Amino acid sequence: MIPFNKYYNQFNIISSFLIIISLALLIFKGLNFGIDFKGGTLIELRSTDSKINVSTLRDSFSKMNLGDISVKKFGNDKDFLVKFENKNNKKNAIEEIKSNLDKSFGNNFNFRRVENVGPKVSAELLKSGIIAISLSLAFMLIYIWIRFEWQFSLGAILALFHDVILTLGFFSLLSLEINLSIIAAVLTIVGYSMNDTVVIYDRVRENLRKYSDIKIYELTNISINETLSRTIITSLTTLLALVAIFLFGGEILKGFSFAMILGVIFGTYSSIYIANTVLVRLRVTQKTVSRDDTNI
Amino acid sequence: MLYFSKIRIFFISFITIIFILIASSNFFKTDYFLLNKKINLGLDLLGGSYLLLEIDNKPVIEQKLQNLTTTIRNYFKDKNIKINNLKLLNESIIFNVSSENKDKIINDFKDEDSEINPYYPRFKSHQLDLEETTEGFKVNFSRQGLIELKTSSQDQAIEIVRRRIDEIGTNEPNILKRGNNRILVELPGLDDPLRIKSLLGKTANLTFRFVTNDDQDTFGVEKLRYENSTEDDFVSKRIILSGDNLLDAQPRMDNQTNETIVSFSLDRVGAKRFGKATSAGIGKRMAIVLDGKIISAPVIRDTIASGSGQISGGFTFQSATDLALLLRSGALPAPLNIIEERTVGPDLGQDSINAGIIALTIGFLLVIIFMFVRYKIFGLITNITLIINLFILIGILTIFEATLTLPGIAGIILTVGMAVDANVLIFERIKEELKNERNNIFAFDSGYTKSRTAIIDANITTLLAAFVLFFMGSGPVKGFSVTLGVGIFTTLFSVYFIARLLTGLYVSNNKNKEKLI
Repeated sequence: MIPFNKYYNQFNIISSFLIIISLALLIFKGLNFGIDFKGGTLIELRSTDSKINVSTLRDSFSKMNLGDISVKKFGNDKDFLVKFENKNNKKNAIEEIKSNLDKSFGNNFNFRRVENVGPKVSAELLKSGIIAISLSLAFMLIYIWIRFEWQFSLGAILALFHDVILTLGFFSLLSLEINLSIIAAVLTIVGYSMNDTVVIYDRVRENLRKYSDIKIYELTNISINETLSRTIITSLTTLLALVAIFLFGGEILKGFSFAMILGVIFGTYSSIYIANTVLVRLRVTQKTVSRDDTNI
Repeated sequence: MLYFSKIRIFFISFITIIFILIASSNFFKTDYFLLNKKINLGLDLLGGSYLLLEIDNKPVIEQKLQNLTTTIRNYFKDKNIKINNLKLLNESIIFNVSSENKDKIINDFKDEDSEINPYYPRFKSHQLDLEETTEGFKVNFSRQGLIELKTSSQDQAIEIVRRRIDEIGTNEPNILKRGNNRILVELPGLDDPLRIKSLLGKTANLTFRFVTNDDQDTFGVEKLRYENSTEDDFVSKRIILSGDNLLDAQPRMDNQTNETIVSFSLDRVGAKRFGKATSAGIGKRMAIVLDGKIISAPVIRDTIASGSGQISGGFTFQSATDLALLLRSGALPAPLNIIEERTVGPDLGQDSINAGIIALTIGFLLVIIFMFVRYKIFGLITNITLIINLFILIGILTIFEATLTLPGIAGIILTVGMAVDANVLIFERIKEELKNERNNIFAFDSGYTKSRTAIIDANITTLLAAFVLFFMGSGPVKGFSVTLGVGIFTTLFSVYFIARLLTGLYVSNNKNKEKLI
């Protein structure tokens, strides 16, 4: 048996520390919102001329007077991602860009993707994203409250918050873009982390009924160990699938799969070190689960 | 119990075979029942445009209120009630009456059979709200009146949008209402998104009016700019003819000038009016005005009674074709703004499909190899289950003709990764049970029973997340929630029926084997 419980305090301190850093990053540095939530225009270009590089392209774009603009390579040397505010919401911006690029570089660009999100829509998308995440957290809370006792519910939710905040903190730290697919990733993380926590909690509750004389401190450790091989295998297979998406799924899914990879790692860790320590700190005893609600 | 009756085995095999057939029907063409369905590819995979249009109702409301002031004046004139200081101010109508007429006005507005203020019994509301202020009466659209107005302009607009898109001949466009002032347009496999955007962005309000310098014009004049230059001209506000009177419009080549023109023909009313105006106005210039800009203002040389004419204005063939198209399909009731656009080129779509398939194959192989190495024979069972699970998942998406997006493919890959969870939970539990239990069959039985609550709880939580995503998400993200959610059901089915059947068969054939798992 691995003595996970020996490190409860240490890891709780580390987690608190990480959460504080993440929150500080979120408050002071903020998130790098993509056009989905900030509004603006995104263009993915592929050049057929290998001489075209980011800096010449950037120069050409900055002459077009499109407001705050960013030009980046996208995956390889041929592909570029251009983003700009489009503050005046120019209707013919794309046409202008097309003719300007033709003038400067010849007809060497293929417009692979164009996305334009108006300020009204981006505000709505942000609102619905926040509602979606809050709603899913609330659903989880209610579900766990129905299925388990309130101490478990609190522990599971704290673990969820831990995972979501750390993932977003990481995104803030690395200035990675937050777009609609990241919201989807965060929601999936919420589901996954909960899944992981529930499996261990299920075992803790079962053991609380089975052993009448073991304290929760020991009991959580037994439960973690009993479910450990499952935890590792499931995390591994999920990570294998995610790494496949990250490496081979194309540029568009990179952010999504990266967020999910982080989430799975944090989720696995938190279901051991957050969810269980909450039970220990709330002094859950055999009495807590005495009411009979074994099977559904 | 690990025992499965023959009927149960038959049903499980039957369902499995059916779904494998349905899933594989995506790759060939048949007309058989259920096999003729296909998974739709989302715009991000197929290439195409997603446009969200918002109707700008402000001009419509202003126009309606403007008309209403005339209606109010005439209505009460007939009733011998004198309306004073009637005017439009800050989007409401304001007027005064003498104090003895006040009650009559209020009665006329609040009466359920009112002619001036229609009553909607369904919503228990009038079209207009009448408010008495210190300065007199104030009339405004009621909440219900505004909704009614917006709905009707949305109905008209969606019709015109549909006509314009049909004229271009895009295949299988998807045009839907969103809320009461938005229209969603999805155009798969579109070649030229810029053209459709410019076509949808135009109101196409065509009018024929005289060019005038006469300030005495009773209808008033306005200064309008020419479409292709910076020159202005004064044009009468009196409309001789509008686009409503147009029967047809086509791009043509003028044989004499070698110029591209748009020729049009008018309906009977229009032809009559046009004839009258051209005979009265010989020598004058007639401005052809589209959306507040003068296309051209030719001098009238002769009476045009035939009911057909032509518009010239330095068109290219493309712009003449587009103008003709806009005129044929009619004017929008209000301007449309494109508030969200997402266009994916066909080659990026194909690249995404390829990347998705590669990621799915590799992810799948990694998981399969891992499971086989870890669990040997039971890993094999899990893998068979996983493959069948994938077929059922694709089969269900096919039956519902669901839309598969790139995040949707990610959802399938994720399902593969997470689907093994239930089997792992069961197998690990069986291992534990085998420590205290010598009878293989009992151990398997209790392994299945004891892991059940954890499996169900764990899957419901993921399902809840998918559920929220489905209702809050949009477009491609919605596709993700669909595959993730459906994947949970297919996983539970394949784990509890297929994997259980296979493990059951294996265990009953190896009752006495030591170290079974």
